[in-house]
Amino acid sequence: MDMPDTVTSAEASPSGFLDGDYDDAVGYYTPGDPVVDTKAPDGPIAERWQNRKFEARLVNPANRRKLSIIIVGTGLAGASAAATLGEAGYRVKSFCYQDSPRRAHSIAAQGGINAAKNYKEDGDSVHRLFYDTVKGGDYRSRESNVYRLAEVSTNIIDQCVAQGVPFAREYGGLLDNRSFGGVQVSRTFYARGQTGQQLLIGAYQALERQVAAGTVETYTRHEMLELVTVDGKARGIIARDMVTGEIETHIADVVVLASGGYGNVFYLSTNAMGCNVTAAWRAHRKGAYMANPCFTQIHPTCIPVSGSHQSKLTLMSESLRNDGRIWVPKNQADCEKDPRDIPEEDRDYFLERIYPSFGNLVPRDIASRAAKNMCDEGRGVGPEVDGVRRGVYLDFAAAIERLGRAGVEEKYDNLLDMYERITGENPYEVPMRIYPAVHYVMGGLWVDYDLQSTIPGLFVTGEANFSDHGANRLGASALMQGLADGYFVLPHTIRDYLADGPFEEISEDHPAVVEARESVKGRIDHFLSVNGTRSVDSYHRELGNIMWEYCGMERSEDGLKKAIDLIRSLKDDFYRNVKVLGSAETLNQSLEKAGRVADFFELGELMCIDALNRRESCGGHFRAESQTEDGEALRHDDEYAYVSAWEWAGDDAAPVLHKEDLVYTAIEMKQRSYK
Amino acid sequence: MNLTLKIWRQPDATSAGAMHTYELSEVSPDMSFLEMLDVLNEQLNDKGEEPIAFDSDCREGICGTCGLMINGEAHGPEVTTTCQLHMRSFSDGETITIEPWRSDAFPVVKDLIVDRSAFDRIIQQGGYISVNTGSAPEAHSVPVPRDDAMRAFNVATCIGCGACVAACPNGSASLFMGAKITHLGELPQGQPERDSRVVNMVAQHDHEGFGGCTNIGACTAACPKEIPLDVISQLNKDLRTAIKHGH
Ligand SMILES: Cc1cc2nc3c(=O)[nH]c(=O)nc-3n(C[C@H](O)[C@H](O)[C@H](O)COP(=O)(O)OP(=O)(O)OC[C@H]3O[C@@H](n4cnc5c(N)ncnc54)[C@H](O)[C@@H]3O)c2cc1C
Ligand code: SF4
Ligand code: FES
Repeated sequence: MDMPDTVTSAEASPSGFLDGDYDDAVGYYTPGDPVVDTKAPDGPIAERWQNRKFEARLVNPANRRKLSIIIVGTGLAGASAAATLGEAGYRVKSFCYQDSPRRAHSIAAQGGINAAKNYKEDGDSVHRLFYDTVKGGDYRSRESNVYRLAEVSTNIIDQCVAQGVPFAREYGGLLDNRSFGGVQVSRTFYARGQTGQQLLIGAYQALERQVAAGTVETYTRHEMLELVTVDGKARGIIARDMVTGEIETHIADVVVLASGGYGNVFYLSTNAMGCNVTAAWRAHRKGAYMANPCFTQIHPTCIPVSGSHQSKLTLMSESLRNDGRIWVPKNQADCEKDPRDIPEEDRDYFLERIYPSFGNLVPRDIASRAAKNMCDEGRGVGPEVDGVRRGVYLDFAAAIERLGRAGVEEKYDNLLDMYERITGENPYEVPMRIYPAVHYVMGGLWVDYDLQSTIPGLFVTGEANFSDHGANRLGASALMQGLADGYFVLPHTIRDYLADGPFEEISEDHPAVVEARESVKGRIDHFLSVNGTRSVDSYHRELGNIMWEYCGMERSEDGLKKAIDLIRSLKDDFYRNVKVLGSAETLNQSLEKAGRVADFFELGELMCIDALNRRESCGGHFRAESQTEDGEALRHDDEYAYVSAWEWAGDDAAPVLHKEDLVYTAIEMKQRSYK
Repeated sequence: MNLTLKIWRQPDATSAGAMHTYELSEVSPDMSFLEMLDVLNEQLNDKGEEPIAFDSDCREGICGTCGLMINGEAHGPEVTTTCQLHMRSFSDGETITIEPWRSDAFPVVKDLIVDRSAFDRIIQQGGYISVNTGSAPEAHSVPVPRDDAMRAFNVATCIGCGACVAACPNGSASLFMGAKITHLGELPQGQPERDSRVVNMVAQHDHEGFGGCTNIGACTAACPKEIPLDVISQLNKDLRTAIKHGH
């Protein structure tokens, strides 16, 4: 995919935008003080991380054994941190809800991981990766963090190769790279279509090695349900043993959340079934700010929904757009026909038509929105689900003609096979059907340069934090961030916090601990005692529909306000009418889901408020009110070049908005254009 | 489609279990096998009967969480994971038997869920390369022949689902273990610990109560990732070499 031309903000005059304060969210939130200190060091951008590492205090190896760390999550961000901190000699407890750390959702990542190795001598560098990431994030990320990410990216590859991660190699035995996700250099390392799996197994093995060494203890099938704070500091978690139902208290000197993303607020997404916001949300309710919650990435090439039984969506690599042509019938009457019977002149290759210079290769959000528009117009294809056909064709006929069937097979065989297994249709004969799906969330808990949240002693890594991707994430950069955080950043910044140890002993009957435990039990008792009429899944599906409809690819003031009302009343109904059977003392999957969905309601509402406040279009966030005459996204740097950091103010109070201004010293802000 | 489902139900690890029969109608051939169970569970919940517990997470065939014995076959009739199996592989009116993995080393936790933590303990005994974070040399300092890298990758695709154990009449985990030993043994980085790795992993395997391998091959036939049987030959060869070296 080629890089789009860019023009500076000044050139792309924001026509139709009136001066003055547009704040659609008035009444939905309380303005708070700005965030002033992000702890980002001063000085030349290339020296900041070296300086911070030097200034961060050390902990004497003999003292590390006395310091304890809880890490929630065993994905790339959590397993890498647990292994590294275990190696350093701290006492680590590692938690995950799956039956093994190796099954964290990172395992599903397909495409690859970026690193500025410049093995191809194609002009890549730390600075270019930094630049691409900030630009890809549409200038809504913090430059110091992104620079550091690019800087440590090269160490990640060294580490993984040494662990035995079997990356793809060339005939000479050196590592192969490919170009990915709209950049012009080849910097993506990959292991066929299973890069996440191979990286996670590497981190998992390093973690298990520490278990054998006695530095890390793993708690599988354990779900964190509350954060314990004492005197304003994070000091532990309350977790439920998902097999016995026991509510356990775990105390430590510091807590790390590496609990992944919350895309499942949309019910249907490419995330694993168990992905949730509970760990992060419980911390949010205890004082950790939530940043840019509305920034969601929607991926254009997923397999469409086949019926109301659909439980999740499957991603198809976007590399398919390199050779496949996307179209819908020109006439609604043709939508039911066999696509092979629709003549060329009756097909609308809409991306090629609307975006002649980029065609099928426009960025993810543009491709997604265009597909939605076609289906909303009634020109979607595939089965009707709830009265609408949500799918567009991705056609390989021209590619087969050009490259031959063997040529297409060589490039895409595993993907096309997967498609056939799921849909039962052969894509070499019938055009594939695709539709956008929620894939990743850029939003997450707010962290400073040290990856510390607004609760001292609570650190957040990986997709669970908001830090590096701004309003949109480049392909192959989430894996990079997870491993950067866990292997190379957190271990340095956390030691500065731990250097204040030893910390006060906290007993399990400390009032703050008792309170946390009782609130968890209270919630569980509530869910089991409602005995209403509707299943948890039915509420989750309905919440997902609201989010998808009003806080999905395109957001508007009216829609968001409506969504907030709908979510509030659905949530009320949920607490009064949900039906959770079984007991608290055994494995109970409905009970687990009830807790997660309860937190998704609150998150969903905040996402809508955040989207309402941000009356601009940037990255994956498209506000109907902020577009050019041609329907392209329009960013407003003068008004919205800030991170929205939301503070929980209580169950019956509006959230408080703290703004962190984004200042760019090493890069100039530019508007994008794909026409 | 209309189906008769015979499903193993067991309240917890210590209670006795039994097969229960359920009728399910209006099953779409486009549903995945697990979505079919979701639909059944919704109906059970409506009727006031506790839903059937079964494991799944990614539902994309990569995390290894799912796994059911379907009509006596691990992951059912196709070469794929349970989550990637679709109802079009079954026919209208069919009776389908659904059970958990059966193996002494995988005790049942509830209904269709088993405890596979023995796999993690096998990995703890050497299924890794000892390299602390930050101590790795530059990635290009050791070239790896492409064929070796490919072979390492092919066997590293094991998802740790346990179907090989469930399918094996001896309940052996040799395919799982052989895949890891071959993955690391194919790479130059894996050589220093090659002897101790195999010796320690095999000792843990036996300690967990997995059975010995008698070359039946049911494991590889059930494996959704098509891990080949020759990883077990590699395992045995490495074990002999290690013993020769005095381990
Ligand atoms: C289909 C797909 C393909 C992708 N492909 C790519 C790609 O090619 N390149 C790329 O860079 N990115 C890709 N991504 C994104 C990337 O995979 C994720 O962003 C990243 O892996 C997240 O890692 P993580 O460690 O932050 O969280 P996760 O891997 O999601 O791990 C979360 C962990 O937290 C635990 N957890 C969560 N909540 C709790 C709780 N309450 N109690 C206890 N434990 C809890 C879970 O058990 C798990 O261990 C892809 C994503 C998807 C969905
Ligand atoms: S070898 Fe195959 S069957 Fe056995 S655990 Fe690995 S993927 Fe599953
Ligand atoms: S649920 Fe992940 S492999 Fe089946």
